[in-house]
Amino acid sequence: MKKSVKTKSLALLLIFTMVLASALAACGKKDSGDGGIVLDVSVGPEPETIDPSLNTAVDGATYINHVFEGLMKLNEKSEIVEGVAESYTVSDDGLVYTFKIRKDAKWSDGKDLTADAFVYSWRRLVDPATASDYNYMIDMVKNANEIMAEEMDPSELGIRAIDEKTLEITLAVATPYFLEICAFPTTFPLREDIVSKDPDTWTQDPKSYIGNGPFVLDSWEHQSMIVMKKNDKYYAKDEIVPSTINFHLMEDKNTILAAFENGEILFGDDLPNEEIERMTGKGLQIEGQLGTYFLCLNVEDEIVKDVNIRKALSLAIDRNYIVDSVAKGGQQPADTFVPTGLSDINVTDEFHDKANKWYSVDPADYDANVAEAQRLMEEAGYPNGEGFPSLELMINPGHEAIAEAIIYMWQDKLGVTATISSQDWAVFIDTRNQGDYQIARHGWLADYNDPISFLDMWVTGGGNNDAQYSNPEYDDLIKRVKASSDRTERMTLMHQAEDILGEDLPVIPIYYYTDLFLLSDKLEGFYSSPLGYKFFTKAKPAE
Amino acid sequence: MVKYILKRIGAALFTIFIASAITFIIMNLVPGDPFMSEKAPSEAVLKSLYAKYGLDKPLIIQFKNYMLNLLRGEFGVSYALQRNRAIKDIILESFPISAKLGAMAIAVAVITGIPLGCIAALKRNKLADNVIRILSTLGISMPGFVVATTAMIIFSVKLKVLPTYGLKSASSYVLPVLTLSFYPMCYIARLMRSSMLEAFSQDYIRTARAKGMSNFIITFKHALRNSLIPVITYLGPLVGYVMTGSFVVEQVFNIPGLGRYFVKAINARDYMVIMGTTIFLATFIIIMNLVCDLLYKLVDPRIKLGEEN
Repeated sequence: MKKSVKTKSLALLLIFTMVLASALAACGKKDSGDGGIVLDVSVGPEPETIDPSLNTAVDGATYINHVFEGLMKLNEKSEIVEGVAESYTVSDDGLVYTFKIRKDAKWSDGKDLTADAFVYSWRRLVDPATASDYNYMIDMVKNANEIMAEEMDPSELGIRAIDEKTLEITLAVATPYFLEICAFPTTFPLREDIVSKDPDTWTQDPKSYIGNGPFVLDSWEHQSMIVMKKNDKYYAKDEIVPSTINFHLMEDKNTILAAFENGEILFGDDLPNEEIERMTGKGLQIEGQLGTYFLCLNVEDEIVKDVNIRKALSLAIDRNYIVDSVAKGGQQPADTFVPTGLSDINVTDEFHDKANKWYSVDPADYDANVAEAQRLMEEAGYPNGEGFPSLELMINPGHEAIAEAIIYMWQDKLGVTATISSQDWAVFIDTRNQGDYQIARHGWLADYNDPISFLDMWVTGGGNNDAQYSNPEYDDLIKRVKASSDRTERMTLMHQAEDILGEDLPVIPIYYYTDLFLLSDKLEGFYSSPLGYKFFTKAKPAE
Repeated sequence: MVKYILKRIGAALFTIFIASAITFIIMNLVPGDPFMSEKAPSEAVLKSLYAKYGLDKPLIIQFKNYMLNLLRGEFGVSYALQRNRAIKDIILESFPISAKLGAMAIAVAVITGIPLGCIAALKRNKLADNVIRILSTLGISMPGFVVATTAMIIFSVKLKVLPTYGLKSASSYVLPVLTLSFYPMCYIARLMRSSMLEAFSQDYIRTARAKGMSNFIITFKHALRNSLIPVITYLGPLVGYVMTGSFVVEQVFNIPGLGRYFVKAINARDYMVIMGTTIFLATFIIIMNLVCDLLYKLVDPRIKLGEEN
């Protein structure tokens, strides 16, 4: 008898587990039914942070762009227009900007938005205690560099509130793209009373995440969903179309695609590479992006320090094949380092169009490129790759297909053998940054529409100069670009700098990035910016 | 019994300490840094980040500080995945989700696995046995992501009867739970089948048959009970592993659980999250093993729990 009691208790335990489990399962989720337009979209996984001063990610910037607004903003045509500033004036020397803030600009809790909010935010950004990765975005502001180097106090930054609604910013160097910086999420206003109280955690609670943009953060279920509601205190609230945006935090590309195809989301920011062809015409959108995919060569390495070898390796790559048959995302074969989409002297001209091309990417010229590559190898003492040591191409997971295509081309055309070393992301970044590699994949996206965003990284000793490249002539040109405020002079100097880069070739450009996303034809009024930010403020499901 | 439990708890605390020390050492030996990205932060920014989070101190001091904080119940904050968020909050929020799914999956696995195993044993070499054996072999050899994606393609994308992701409604639990329970169900069925067959060949069963006991009593009262022991042995670690979350299932179905978070933390070198989740998971698994050992005694009174001397 005793035994069966125990069997019973075991059975009871199992039943209890089941009951508990199903009871928990029954707890559903509440609906957000207020009659307005509800959008279900996904622009990325759980963001690392949505603090405007700390965010460096594109998805984070999209959330911030919906909850906050800067002095300037991007409109549907990617033009920089007035945001919370209703007007601005620039001094003749281009050093002093005076912004008039809209009288009806308010925070989402109803308080008035004053110029102090920008003063606080910008000082916080350069304050070393904040440790913002993007503090250099405002390094043109007077004393910013000195504050970042702990030589001056943040209060000495060239920004001040003349009165409640007038803001004056003084620059150290006239900067042609300064207004664009004023539309960058890092420069958005912050509430001093809230942020200074909990500088680390104010973003985590919808109650303290107070912004001045078209939406307010309503709830944040971590790793699952961010819900935003229309901000009734926004000065142009009548232009806001959706009343609710559900940002589903999704990571797996296959899941995003399945959810999109199933109609559960109207917008998805990514899809598996192998599905690109199938989704063409079924919602796949390809937009230009200000970025370059390239191979970074360690110029201190015994073998690739020879510039002829670097050139041969570059010329032997069939970029059209990689773009058309491997990457397949509508990318453009790269023939210089600065990508397409950035403006030249005349803002309607593209810097890339005016640049001297490093080599031809016309498919018809590939054979000639290969012949030249073979000649260079011979000149370097390795005819047909004889006696050439094996190379190592370091990548992070996800780039195998492109790496395999490249080493095949090297083997096939130059007789050069190479192996692929795939490293986990954190190891990869660390190894490349330490210069402990031979050749590594790399990708660079612009922070703003100016070629300096690309060229600055190759100055001697630069924090992102993973190629360990150093050329005094190049350094000098970049220095002159940064000191100049004359657009013609700057662009001319940057073209010269890029030419030097093309001669020395510490990098092998492969293609210019595109931004791929899934957009339902049931969604209209959506727009995105060349920096990859997605805007849903005017989006609604089609009738 | 009480002495035994106390002894086990002492050993568990020591195990947890060793596990945290090893995790701490390995995680710092592996190259990488929580603050690095394609765009490297400047030296000055890195320096202030290290100072802010105390990473500029020697490792041994960092470890000491961590353990002292732990004793105070402080798990620290995330550096990378959810910058500055308290790890306690992350665990408290994501573990119940994983545990709920896991508990449901275990229930499904046990409720279906045990009968399947019994049927297979009773109908040895007959059609039912063959079908169950093929199914269970398939189940233990198919990787989780294949089961998950296949199930998703069939039921969500093609048939459109179940949602693809998240845990928004009761129906959205179906796919993750089934996927999660598939492997243990098949494993339990196989385990049950072989231990049942072994039980049938035992002397006491022959005696029972000789006594003329009914087949029902023999099977369900005598054979079943003894064949449950290997299943319970398996159940201990299984509860530990399944309830702490499966990376694959949580990733594929976009479920905000602890399993996915743990793997992401390792990839992102989010040091404090790695430490916090490791210690939490280790503790949970140790407790589950202890519970399982205590359950043995419940099922089989012959088993002595270290009380021999």
